[in-house]
Amino acid sequence: MSRARADEEEYWHSSKFRAFTFDDDDDELSQLKESKRAVNSLRDIVDDDDDDDLERVSWSGEPVGSISWSIKETASSSTSSLEGRDSSLQKGSSSYAAFPKQVSSYSLSSLFKGRNKLPSFQSLSDVFSDTGVKNYAPELRRPKTEYKDYSSDWSPKDTVRRMQRGKVCSLERFRSLQDKLVLLDEAVAGHDGNVITAVLIFLKRTLRREILFRELEVRQVALCHLIHFLKETGEQKLLLDLLRFLDRTEEVALSQYREHLNIQDVEKRREFLKVCIGLPFSAEDTSHIQDHYTLLERQIIIEANDRHLETAGQSEIFRKYPRKASILNMPLVTTLFYSCFYHYTEAEGTFSSPTNLKKTFKIPDKQYVLTALAARAKLRAWDDVDALFTTKNWLGYTKKKAPIGFHRVVEILQRNNAPVQVLQEYVRLVEDVETRLNLATKYKCHDVVIETYRDLKDRIQLTAYKCKVERGSAEEEKINSILNNMQIRWKN
Amino acid sequence: EHEVEKMFTLKPGRLPQADVKNIIFFVRPKLELMDIITDNVLREDRGRSPQRDFHILFVPRRSLLCEQWLKEQGVLGSFIHREQYSLDLIPFDGDLLSMESESAFKECYLESDQTSLYHAAKGLMTLQALYGTIPQIFGKGECARHVANMMIRMKREFPGSQNSIFPVFDTLLLLDRNVDLLTPLATQLTYEGLIDEIYGIQNTYVKLPPEKFAPKKQGEGGKDLPTEPKKLQLNSAEELYAEIRDKNFNAVGSVLSKKAKIISAAFEERHHAKTVGEIKQFVSQLPHMQAARSSLANHTSIAELIKDITTSEDFFDNLTVEQEFMSGIDTDKVNNYIEDCIAQKHPLIKILRLVCLQSVCNSGLKQKVLDHYKREILQTYGYEHILTLNNLEKAGLLKPQTSGRNNYPTIRKTLRLWMDDVNEQNPNDISYVYSGYAPLSVRLAQLLARPGWRSIEEVLKMLPGPHFEERQQLPTGLQKKRQHGENRVTLVFFLGGVTYAEIAALRFLSQMEDGGTEYVIATTKLINGTSWIKSLMEKLEPAPF
Repeated sequence: MSRARADEEEYWHSSKFRAFTFDDDDDELSQLKESKRAVNSLRDIVDDDDDDDLERVSWSGEPVGSISWSIKETASSSTSSLEGRDSSLQKGSSSYAAFPKQVSSYSLSSLFKGRNKLPSFQSLSDVFSDTGVKNYAPELRRPKTEYKDYSSDWSPKDTVRRMQRGKVCSLERFRSLQDKLVLLDEAVAGHDGNVITAVLIFLKRTLRREILFRELEVRQVALCHLIHFLKETGEQKLLLDLLRFLDRTEEVALSQYREHLNIQDVEKRREFLKVCIGLPFSAEDTSHIQDHYTLLERQIIIEANDRHLETAGQSEIFRKYPRKASILNMPLVTTLFYSCFYHYTEAEGTFSSPTNLKKTFKIPDKQYVLTALAARAKLRAWDDVDALFTTKNWLGYTKKKAPIGFHRVVEILQRNNAPVQVLQEYVRLVEDVETRLNLATKYKCHDVVIETYRDLKDRIQLTAYKCKVERGSAEEEKINSILNNMQIRWKN
Repeated sequence: EHEVEKMFTLKPGRLPQADVKNIIFFVRPKLELMDIITDNVLREDRGRSPQRDFHILFVPRRSLLCEQWLKEQGVLGSFIHREQYSLDLIPFDGDLLSMESESAFKECYLESDQTSLYHAAKGLMTLQALYGTIPQIFGKGECARHVANMMIRMKREFPGSQNSIFPVFDTLLLLDRNVDLLTPLATQLTYEGLIDEIYGIQNTYVKLPPEKFAPKKQGEGGKDLPTEPKKLQLNSAEELYAEIRDKNFNAVGSVLSKKAKIISAAFEERHHAKTVGEIKQFVSQLPHMQAARSSLANHTSIAELIKDITTSEDFFDNLTVEQEFMSGIDTDKVNNYIEDCIAQKHPLIKILRLVCLQSVCNSGLKQKVLDHYKREILQTYGYEHILTLNNLEKAGLLKPQTSGRNNYPTIRKTLRLWMDDVNEQNPNDISYVYSGYAPLSVRLAQLLARPGWRSIEEVLKMLPGPHFEERQQLPTGLQKKRQHGENRVTLVFFLGGVTYAEIAALRFLSQMEDGGTEYVIATTKLINGTSWIKSLMEKLEPAPF
């Protein structure tokens, strides 16, 4: 102990943070002893009374064994906390100069200490804001001395105030509707959500639903609290009734839709979503919910089918690439990817074909191409990739076109380890010269680099590039032959 | 001190074995926590002897809702004592207090549940009891108004609260988070801000990937890399961290290398120590030097980790888009980069941050643009996210442009939110914390100090909620007679959360030579864009039990 103290002492003296010092050694020690004693004695009492739950009350009428009790005990032994605080604050401010400049010089560490040294702090806050943990006795073990206190007529205002201090109050006294509403208004005026909720629980239990709803409609704050409360506790039915009563139809819809998340069984979930379509969503949202339903419906069909195919072991694709997870409840784009992976060649008529998905859900071209590309590239089906970007015009000429920009195509292919031959074909199609050169250099598509420099008539760059290709390779030869070509008019 | 045998973190299942009589649950009043406790209590071995007693301590306030919940689960009777520990504001640093109530924003702006505001007001009353009545209260926003009203009421109801402490704070500024929805969405670019963005600072601690912290000893080779994440505490008690935490990340490298030179020079000095006295002096400095060296090593490693990310192409692209939006470029059409990110299935939160940022910088998106984003997000990430999108709309983060007017450019120009010539190394304006964007909230604080809000009435009207001023009378003996050149102290309370970059900006203002105002910061929660958006998302995973 003493060594630790010495260290501490040194810390406080050597440190810049001199916000708090322990002035009186003995005092601290005695506090410690006292609280220890309190805890020990507490244990004795608790043990003695073990089977007599109702009477666990101390002589003063305070609950025994509560932390507050031992705290108060120690608090009384700490002398003039106010003064102590003041001086510690002074010290805090007198060390301004020593503070690192980054930090604002008003140290709150004295407050920090105040927290640690619970006793003095507690007593302070008790005096001013009455938030302290004290005098509270649980309902069952109410001390006899408090009985009188308890049953006496508290006004609604006093009741609310007592509840704010964490005391239990019986609300049953408030019988008439008028009384209950006054109580509620008092609670709302107090702004303590805890109390408001408590009063609402009471009203909910004792008032007819229609009356509760009607009165809450004109009390928006209380209303919000009740809605929050019902959401938290999952009283879905009452919540929906309330929202319906208030004509908050969109909220009703969303709140009901949220329920589907709790349904694990897919068939039941599908049924539930079907019902949701009819709910009063906004026009935009309705179409999303409709899509959600349709998607799950599809997934159920596809899943059943594919699981069968997979277990039968007949289909090569499933044998070669076993499915990692079921497709149920996956997002649309993931489903599309799945379908492009396993069902790419299917006719549009089947539910699992990519084209069917694209049509049903009006998937934009861009997204479709990206997804299909990623799926086919993963399978290294380069012909499919090629076909994806080939369009024929009415004269029968073929042309390469991509709704996403060929630099993106290259990236995706590269990520799937496409061979250079495939890669360079698309690098060549990148329109912007700068980007093309960058990509070609990055992915070592030598031919494209060489040709681009040739087209740019950039002899210096082309010559420089010679060291990037292998000695004696075809590429080197190509560079040489271009450099020797007398017909090119180099710009440098 | 109280013979506490052991502390455990709360988790479902059977309670760990411990030979103790009393078990105290120390919890926030949250229903999901009540479920865990119920589980704990129900699984308790009835037959064991001696039987254990349960107690529950709520922080910061007992909740009747929670007790009701426990009652319904049939375990309320198991608790011998139910108490509360009124810990409202938790000190995080010399100038920073937080309530650590992560749901405060959601509760205030989505559920209209103002309980956290009540706690904020309580916390402020406690603060005043300790540091004196704050004579001036300014505020902007609905919640700010509420808190001020409650404070005034509480003061009236407890006449004894008139205390005789000389006031430390001259001014209290209450700010609603929804007055400035923009700032948290942008990527913070201070050192501390980036640590938080990338690794997430939890209660001043950060967990980092261990690879860079492997002890570099010769002969051992690269074996035995630690696999546990490295946990470090970050606060201003660490000299080096205090110096660099609030700097723009681009200015951190030079400080670190300068420090490295100083430290190696200091270690070199041992060769020059000749007399016994000199050697003794050197040795006495050793512990300090070694601490400085390990602190330097840590921060160099962290800086390297961050640099790997900030130099990545994606970070750059993301930042470019953010800065375009904040400076008002192309906020009214579908953004290519966002589309690309969706196509590549980048994390949903990143997408939401960007889309919300665009919406805020355009006073709402055109209906067509909004619908497009929504469709893409739902198709790629799942339709159930419609619930999250709805929450964001309710909070005002994502919305259609209704008035047909975009107020943001006016606000931006009047408050000088975008600064083109930003000096990251030796900043002369708060905009350095976002490399160009000056956080709106801090600008409001700055303008309040000088020249006062009267000069920006027009813009204040464009921002949501009322702005107001209140005075609390002090007894004449306590009124401050300001000495010439003495700084004023303002407590800024962010209702709904504050970012590290905003804190950095306020610290920067405190330090300014001719600033005249020092700031202490309080908040409901330390946030960044990711944690903030997350708090607004619908929980889609069903509870584990």
